[in-house]
Amino acid sequence: MKLTMASSPHNHSHKSLNTLMLTVIAACIPGFIAQVIFFGTGVVIQLVLALITVSVAEATIMKMRKRPTFQTLKDGSAWLTGVLLALSIPPLAPWWIIVIGCLFSIVIVKQLYGGLGFNLFNPAMAAYVLLLISFPVQMTAWLPVSDLLGNSIDFSQQLGVIFTDFTATGFSVDQLRVGIDGMTMATPLDTVKTDIAHGLTASESMQSPLFNEWVGKGWGWVNLGFLIGGLYLIKSKVINWHIPVSLIVTLAVCSGIGYIASPGTEAGIVFHLFSGATMFAAFFIATDPVSAATTNKGRLIYGAIIGLLIYLIRTFGGFPDAVAFAVILLNMAVPLIDYYTQPRTYGHGVKK
Amino acid sequence: MEKLIQQIKQGKVWPFPGGIHPPGQKGLSNASPITRLPLPDKLVVPLKQHIGANGQLIVEKGQTVLKGQALTKPVANWSVPVHAPTSGVITDICQMPSAHPSALPELSIIIAPDGQDKWCELTPHIAFADLAHDELIDIIHNSGISGMGGAGFPTYIKADSRKPIEFLIVNAVECEPYITADDVLMREHADKIVTGIKIMQQLLSPTLTIIGIEDNKPEAIEAMQQAAKHDDTIIVQTVPTVYPSGGEKQLIQLLTDKEVPSAGIPADIGVLVHNVGTLYAIEQAVLEGKPLIERVVTVTGNTIHNAGNVWALLGTEIKHLLDCQGFSPVPQQRVVMGGPMMGFTLPTVRIGVIKTTNCILAPDHDELAEPGPEQACIRCSACADACPASLLPQQLQWFAKSKEYDKLKEYNLFDCIECGACAYVCPSEIPLVQYYRVAKVEIKEQQAEKIKAERAKERFELRKERLEREQEARQNRHKRKPAAKSADEKQKVADALARVKSSDEKSDNKSAVAAAIARAKAKKNSGELEPDNSEVAKERAARKEQARAYKAQKEAGSSTNETADDKKSAVAAAIARAKAKKAAKADEESVTEQVPVDDKKPAVAAAIARAKAKKAAKADEEPVTEQPPVDDKKAAVAAAIARAKAKKAAKADEEPVTEQPPADDKKAAVAAAIARAKAKKAAKADEELPTEQPPVDDKKAAVAAAIARAKAKKAAKADKVEELNEVSVVSEPEQPQESALHSDEDKKKAAVAAAIARAKAKKAAKADVTKSADEVTVSSELEQAKESAPLSAEDKKKAAVAKAIARAKAKKNQQEGSDKS
Repeated sequence: MKLTMASSPHNHSHKSLNTLMLTVIAACIPGFIAQVIFFGTGVVIQLVLALITVSVAEATIMKMRKRPTFQTLKDGSAWLTGVLLALSIPPLAPWWIIVIGCLFSIVIVKQLYGGLGFNLFNPAMAAYVLLLISFPVQMTAWLPVSDLLGNSIDFSQQLGVIFTDFTATGFSVDQLRVGIDGMTMATPLDTVKTDIAHGLTASESMQSPLFNEWVGKGWGWVNLGFLIGGLYLIKSKVINWHIPVSLIVTLAVCSGIGYIASPGTEAGIVFHLFSGATMFAAFFIATDPVSAATTNKGRLIYGAIIGLLIYLIRTFGGFPDAVAFAVILLNMAVPLIDYYTQPRTYGHGVKK
Repeated sequence: MEKLIQQIKQGKVWPFPGGIHPPGQKGLSNASPITRLPLPDKLVVPLKQHIGANGQLIVEKGQTVLKGQALTKPVANWSVPVHAPTSGVITDICQMPSAHPSALPELSIIIAPDGQDKWCELTPHIAFADLAHDELIDIIHNSGISGMGGAGFPTYIKADSRKPIEFLIVNAVECEPYITADDVLMREHADKIVTGIKIMQQLLSPTLTIIGIEDNKPEAIEAMQQAAKHDDTIIVQTVPTVYPSGGEKQLIQLLTDKEVPSAGIPADIGVLVHNVGTLYAIEQAVLEGKPLIERVVTVTGNTIHNAGNVWALLGTEIKHLLDCQGFSPVPQQRVVMGGPMMGFTLPTVRIGVIKTTNCILAPDHDELAEPGPEQACIRCSACADACPASLLPQQLQWFAKSKEYDKLKEYNLFDCIECGACAYVCPSEIPLVQYYRVAKVEIKEQQAEKIKAERAKERFELRKERLEREQEARQNRHKRKPAAKSADEKQKVADALARVKSSDEKSDNKSAVAAAIARAKAKKNSGELEPDNSEVAKERAARKEQARAYKAQKEAGSSTNETADDKKSAVAAAIARAKAKKAAKADEESVTEQVPVDDKKPAVAAAIARAKAKKAAKADEEPVTEQPPVDDKKAAVAAAIARAKAKKAAKADEEPVTEQPPADDKKAAVAAAIARAKAKKAAKADEELPTEQPPVDDKKAAVAAAIARAKAKKAAKADKVEELNEVSVVSEPEQPQESALHSDEDKKKAAVAAAIARAKAKKAAKADVTKSADEVTVSSELEQAKESAPLSAEDKKKAAVAKAIARAKAKKNQQEGSDKS
């Protein structure tokens, strides 16, 4: 009888890369829905564009590298990158923004470094930084939440804006951003930053119609959506709690200290935690396994420093949000963090 | 300490990091009692079934043995005996595939059971408490007991621990999925296991004995608690079901919060772990006197109809187990010895059960899916979360793939227990454990290499030193040599002969003989670098003796000859040389040709040719510019022959020749013999260069010699190619010596004949090497050379030169041809 030989273990948890990646994508759904509700269906268009672009880019590179195309595509890592990038950029950004971003993230940041598992930087965030630096106008052109829009726009109009820069009725993104009160609307983070720079207090700034009690309208819900998705990821053991917890705690502590130190120019803990991309970063960006720290102790440090950087850049830096920069900077520190945070191996330095 | 014992007694456990929860699948096999299998047709009992040396065989083929009879006896180094599992006849003792991942053959005793299952005489010790420590150890040792949990460590070593033991831990965890052998054993024989524990307690006197059982075996826990309830030094501790809590180190941590130091053993921290199966075997050995000849084996998996536990005699083929339990294999069937996490697949079911075989798992592809293709590592570190030793499997994997051995050691690769938890959880299905195993082996090999290299270096340096010493000694001899030179021709001959060893004896025939012997000795010295020279030396001595005898005989026979003295000495020298040459060869034949000679000139010429050939054989030597003068055309002939010889000499071995080239000039033959010997010597890499050049005076001979040099050089190069053709080529030049005995034809003919012989030899080589176009050229050139020789009777010298050139060309062609081919 011919027997098949195999090396132990002969059993497997049946967890696969594919299910891992798809779980993360699925966990984006609450946040994604919130985005669609408050910022319109443009994000759906961006998502479709992103998925197409990353698939084509990944497949092409795989062909060129003479690697199994479909099998690699199937692991879902490229799709995840596309989804994360699509959720990061303004929903009405022109189509070439997402295409350039996706191509850059897959071709340059991921594949040129050796493909999945070898990339030093988080592909989505590296692409985001590229786009933000190269096309700052398009990348900061967030519309206010839909109920503040002076001109409400439907799906076809959003499609028009994305592909032609104008709606069918001839409005550009900048015109659309003009709110019902005739003022150009920015994101809550932007607004607070600009207002404080203009000498207003944070609480005065937050009197703007952009805000609810504590956070920007819509943005709070989007962050809540990503928080829910993130908790699901921890529960299903796709990610460890270390990075999100240390990131959120550090950001909370920093903003808390800032608020106590200077209540006039600080918007407070809740504002920081539920504005911009905080929750998205904590659960979906900073936890990218390839580019994050790999030891549990290292993850705590990694998350904490990202949280700190987010606060510092938001408060003192030139950009309204800071997730991408913070993550990219810490990506570079990962080998160092990993090296100095190796766990004590069984039987080494035995306790008495 | 007291506090720790208090905590343990309160049931506290200290979970180890990591661990996984694979599906247990224990229900498949633990529902029914242990059954006994019918006797198999044959038993294959390997001598070595444990860690350590195997015992010494004390039975032989054809012998009838009784059940329980020892088949081997323990010798040194952790050796443990094996016993006949049933009564029967030993049909064979041979190498059989072993129950090891490699299945490397292991010496095994094959027994054909006689069906009577008759025990040998047993000596039970019911009152074991009366036995002395050493007596108990001996019983355990002689009963062939080794760890039955998996590793197979000799139990008597552990039981005889010199270190104080605080905790005796009984490993009843059985954390591997599927396996229930210990579970059912505890259910059925809890009392005997507790007796085994008591024997161990007597031997080790631990403070506390802790039986660790996973909480998925409630019946076993119940049974053990019942059996141990009267002894408050025995605690049955229920531990959570986590793989690999049954790992020795993990269990110690789990039950006592202690860690075995890296590269240490549990006894270092006062802990000893025994498997329940081992304790049962100890009880059997002591109380019933039965050696270890059977064990409980779980036969399970979805392809087994009657999954369950069986008492299997050691040596029972897996096939018998599977057949008895009903086995319907699926395509690409795997049969695993051990559990799904750490077991290994068997290459064949014709392998016997051994002392460590706790499970035979024959899964289908639904329960244990075949591994998928390995994908990229995404550094998710699920492996690190699962690792019970707190290693970083993910980092280790990168280092293992890039063979960074130092990094692997730095990241504590050798603390990996190969439990497979990392590979189990890896979403990319990377066979991590396999990488670690390979890396461990490679590192061990590398270390072994290192040690070996160091030893070799030492040896090399010693040798270098010795060679330098020898060379210095030789140089000193050379310095003294010029003083021995004289104008006298005889003296010259002696000088030439005595080059290797300076001789201050007179230049009569005796000195020549002595020089020849000295040469032979020198050769012997150089031969001493080779490992098997003692035998060679013996043969050489014998030959020398023979040569002397021959010389004496010759002397008597040719006493009327005027030139007897000269002749004899030359003959003797030639013989000695021929012998020495032969002796230097590793595989030799018994050639006993002798060559009579009568002129000293050829000897001189040959000596020159010799020197040149030697020189020429060295590739990095620069061309010799000076032309040694010689004074006779015979010398040219001799040189030509020397050429042939040199070519031949470059080859590794020789064989008897079938064809006899008609060479008949004595002088030529002598010269050839000398040249041969020297050329052969020259072909040896470790030979040193002759530093002096004997004076000669004929330019024709010089030309010939120069050509000979070229030939020898070529021949040395062609070496490899010609080796292929050895059979046809190598031997021919050997012949002239024998035929040289008939010495009354003229020199011309000899030259022609020699040329023809050479041509033949060359042709033969040619034929074997290639069918290239060069062949035509070569043969035609040879043909021409052959024809022209007799025609130019008065111009022998020119002809010889011409032939030599033709030969050179031919050889060149041949070489080019073979290079191309």
